Amino acid sequence: MQGGIKINFISNLIIPLIVVITIFYGYRKKVEVYDSFIVGVKKSFGMIENLFPTLVAMIFAINVFTNSGILDLIFKVLSPVISVFKIPIEVLPIALIRPISSSASLAYLNNLFEKFGPDSFLGLLGSVMQGCTDTTFYVISLYFGCVGIKKIRYSLFAGLMADLIGMVASILVIKAIFAS
Amino acid sequence: MVNIIWLSMILIGVIYGLFTGNIETINNTIIDSTKVSLDLFMKIFPVVAIWMGIMEIAEESKLLQKLSNSLSPLLTKLFPEIPKGHESLSYIASNVIANMFGLGSAATPFGLKAMDSLQKLNKKKDTASRSMITFLVLNTSGVTIVPTTIISLRLMYGSLEPTKIVGACIISTICSTIGGLIVDRLLARRYKN
Repeated sequence: MQGGIKINFISNLIIPLIVVITIFYGYRKKVEVYDSFIVGVKKSFGMIENLFPTLVAMIFAINVFTNSGILDLIFKVLSPVISVFKIPIEVLPIALIRPISSSASLAYLNNLFEKFGPDSFLGLLGSVMQGCTDTTFYVISLYFGCVGIKKIRYSLFAGLMADLIGMVASILVIKAIFAS
Repeated sequence: MVNIIWLSMILIGVIYGLFTGNIETINNTIIDSTKVSLDLFMKIFPVVAIWMGIMEIAEESKLLQKLSNSLSPLLTKLFPEIPKGHESLSYIASNVIANMFGLGSAATPFGLKAMDSLQKLNKKKDTASRSMITFLVLNTSGVTIVPTTIISLRLMYGSLEPTKIVGACIISTICSTIGGLIVDRLLARRYKN
């Protein structure tokens, strides 16, 4: 517990520290910090303008897809294939959904913790899988949407490959930790 | 590409829902999705607004420039197309650093700013540039050192060692980041023409 509390304290400290240092540094460098702050906030309106339509489009498609229940079918079809590779089936939902929806895969991680405990092999593996990757679909639509990029070229493939490599690596690392 | 992915996700969802008697859920989901998006938007926007203010100060005081200078040997290798000392490099550096410490809320505004300045360098405004894709891969491979959400979730479920995963996370993240960057390089070469 002690370690966890310490980490929480430190991570709560980081943002206030960054804010104070930035403003104070600006003041020392004779920046008119108040006016400059206002200018920055004003700019955020322009930048965020394109964001809402992109979010609606993405969330609409992702939610229809995930809420239809088709993921359960995909898990059923894939699990015999996966078990050939000696990959624990229980973490498959996390690996598959993580690039699409962070909250959905976090829900699966919750289930794993409840069933097997956070310090079990599956609990650790799920934690690392969730931690070492990001929501590729979301990041791509967010970042490209805000500057109006329509042709995303090979970015989705490259992002998903990075996720896949992370998933495989986390299985190997956790297996190695548990074996030792 | 986006068109096909978008269309097929919706089509598959609706058709599967229809056949499994899940159509009521689909119906609610469709109507609900704008509200969910608005909630998410309202979550992102205030954070972006405050960080844009702070960032403006950091930019004017040349603090951002300093930060990116310290990372610039690495960044110029990853982003050969960005001219030296360009503002986008400092945003990319800030985004990566914020991500490393699990400060997702601060990382997003930096990332949006980085994208914005990369777009200024982009010749075809509707097409993703090579630097943009490299930046995205860097982002999606999740350069996290302290995954704060997961640690607190583990704590909630009574984990005896909530931070036990940090080492494993770092190793896996390094693997996915390096692997992703290699894939990105190979694809960039193939798509060059």
